[in-house]
Amino acid sequence: MNGIFSFRRLRALLVKESIQMRRDRLTFGMMIGIPLLQLMLFGFAINTDPKALPAALVAPTQDRFTRAMVTALELTGYYRFIAPDATAAEAEAMIARGDVAFAVTVPSDFGRRIERNDHATLLIEADATDPSVASGAISTLNTVAAAALSREAGLDHLQDASTAPSIIVHRRYNPEGITQYNIVPGLLGVILQLTMVMMTAMALTREIERGTMENLLSMPATPLEIMLGKVVPYLGIGAVQVAVVLVAAKVVFTIPFVGSLGLLLAGVFVFVFALVILGYLISTVARTQMQAMQLTFFFFLPSLLLSGFMFPFRGMPLWAQYLGEVLPLTHFLRLIRAIMLKGADWPTVAGSFVALGVFVVVLALLSLLRFRRTLD
Amino acid sequence: MTEPAISVHDLTKSFGDKTVVDHVSMDVARGEIMGFLGPNGSGKTTTIRLMCGLLEPDSGDGRVLGLDIRRDRRAIKRRVGYMTQKFSFYEDLSIEENLRFVAGLYGMADVRRVVADTLEDLGLTSRRRQLAGSLSGGWKQRLALAACIMHHPDLLILDEPTAGVDPKARREFWDEIHARATGGLTVLVSTHYMDEAERCHRIGYISYGRLVATGAVAEVVRDAGLTTLIITGADTAEAARQLRGAPGVDQVAPFGTTLHVVGRDAEALRRTVDEVARRTGTTAAPAETSLEDVFIQLMAESRDNMA
Repeated sequence: MNGIFSFRRLRALLVKESIQMRRDRLTFGMMIGIPLLQLMLFGFAINTDPKALPAALVAPTQDRFTRAMVTALELTGYYRFIAPDATAAEAEAMIARGDVAFAVTVPSDFGRRIERNDHATLLIEADATDPSVASGAISTLNTVAAAALSREAGLDHLQDASTAPSIIVHRRYNPEGITQYNIVPGLLGVILQLTMVMMTAMALTREIERGTMENLLSMPATPLEIMLGKVVPYLGIGAVQVAVVLVAAKVVFTIPFVGSLGLLLAGVFVFVFALVILGYLISTVARTQMQAMQLTFFFFLPSLLLSGFMFPFRGMPLWAQYLGEVLPLTHFLRLIRAIMLKGADWPTVAGSFVALGVFVVVLALLSLLRFRRTLD
Repeated sequence: MTEPAISVHDLTKSFGDKTVVDHVSMDVARGEIMGFLGPNGSGKTTTIRLMCGLLEPDSGDGRVLGLDIRRDRRAIKRRVGYMTQKFSFYEDLSIEENLRFVAGLYGMADVRRVVADTLEDLGLTSRRRQLAGSLSGGWKQRLALAACIMHHPDLLILDEPTAGVDPKARREFWDEIHARATGGLTVLVSTHYMDEAERCHRIGYISYGRLVATGAVAEVVRDAGLTTLIITGADTAEAARQLRGAPGVDQVAPFGTTLHVVGRDAEALRRTVDEVARRTGTTAAPAETSLEDVFIQLMAESRDNMA
């Protein structure tokens, strides 16, 4: 019994630990439920070779060659024409907003040139902010297009390589396909998400654990005052993080910054505000700091995987995209990539701003409803 | 000023299937120091929290300083100073910083001056930069008292304020409380200490969530109708053994070399004690019934009622 190891002592420790584990229902549930949930969620949702990507078609003359081309592209499985008759301006706006991954432009003289056997050209613009999205779709292009057109025009017609129709591919916003261009701005969102939510998730649980909550509640502070008092200081910390990441993006990673800094900072502000309130909401639910921590990670993992940060958003099944839409990070990624890499202006990113604003309001209302004014 | 500072009726509060406060009714007059007594887990803290608006009663109603305890919780908080049982200020803030925080929450205009005055008033000035976490029990209690009287409340509710505080600090604390009550402040204070109960104008005794006795100390003792005898002699241990459970005897408690014997039925007690005294060669003499005797009796009786 007095040696360095006793099975009785070990058993006492094991029994005590398993009782405590069982009593902490939330933790226990998360340990059992989360792996299963996440396995299903991410196993089906994540797709590194995204197919059926949304595309816009700009074809003033919708002739048989255009139709043949479109059908051939859709048959590859990579393209899904959600705007089959867009104007050039519409297509430009859609690609800037990220609504489509491709804009295919068939010039009005395309058909005539093929018939005359005179250097027909087709323009495909790809949103290359996420290089991995476009790569598969682009790599199949030339063979598909050539085959489709030769079928349509008659085999012999296009055999001369020098006069065959050519496909011009523009990798927009990131012509060299540099992964950092996509990842580094996104990292700002991910870093903010992790730190902001985690810090504010402790806000109320710390008061409860230290026993100061009873005192706080016995004094005349309103729930709104307490919430703002808890989250506003972290906006300052968020500002420091934003400055650090943006400077590093510019200096270390030489990420181009073509948009408006003011607009970006406004977007970051709304995003950080949504995050600190999300954290605060967690702290109204969690009873202990440990639970707050677990809930933070419970939100963090889907944000990482379903927001379009690690895997192409449009490549996920539709249900996963809907799930992604309810994560603030998804909207922030669209916003920051649009502004930094695409130089998007206010009308283009207004949708993302509105979405983030809705998060702020909804999360704040939920927090105020959840806040326990009494010790009940 | 005719309305009592506290007036609650039939307050009831349950947690799960356990009724912690059971139809408690209580009045505390303005300027009165009311002692709130009862064993651990009897519902003192819960009753206090109901009165401060920190808990919502399941049933019953009440007014604190003329304000409804259900509807006017925020107004009550502004006019009541509540000192929690467990020290609940920020240990990583200094005394001064804690007080400034509290003054700010009460929306005081001149925080700097009010805090300086309060520090001076309670003799905390020399320690004002010390972190609350590094203070000893007596100083923590002084900080907590400072924080809950700074906004000049009309009612002070103290939940076991002197637990873990040395006798000298306790004495000073009570002098402070009395000085403030003379100035018109109403005080409700819960305690375990009999000497503290005796410093209150009136006391209420709660047991198993029920208020079983109220009144001035002398009244509570008199109303209990107990007779107390003191036994002295060589063999009080043997006398004690024979007295326990004997007819008419409700309590037997050794105090040093003497034995306190308490009973509700004076006649029966007298007979039994005389008999035992004769057998064991000890002598019995009548004595004053103490508040503690009364409380032990009340506790035993309400336990019998529960069963």
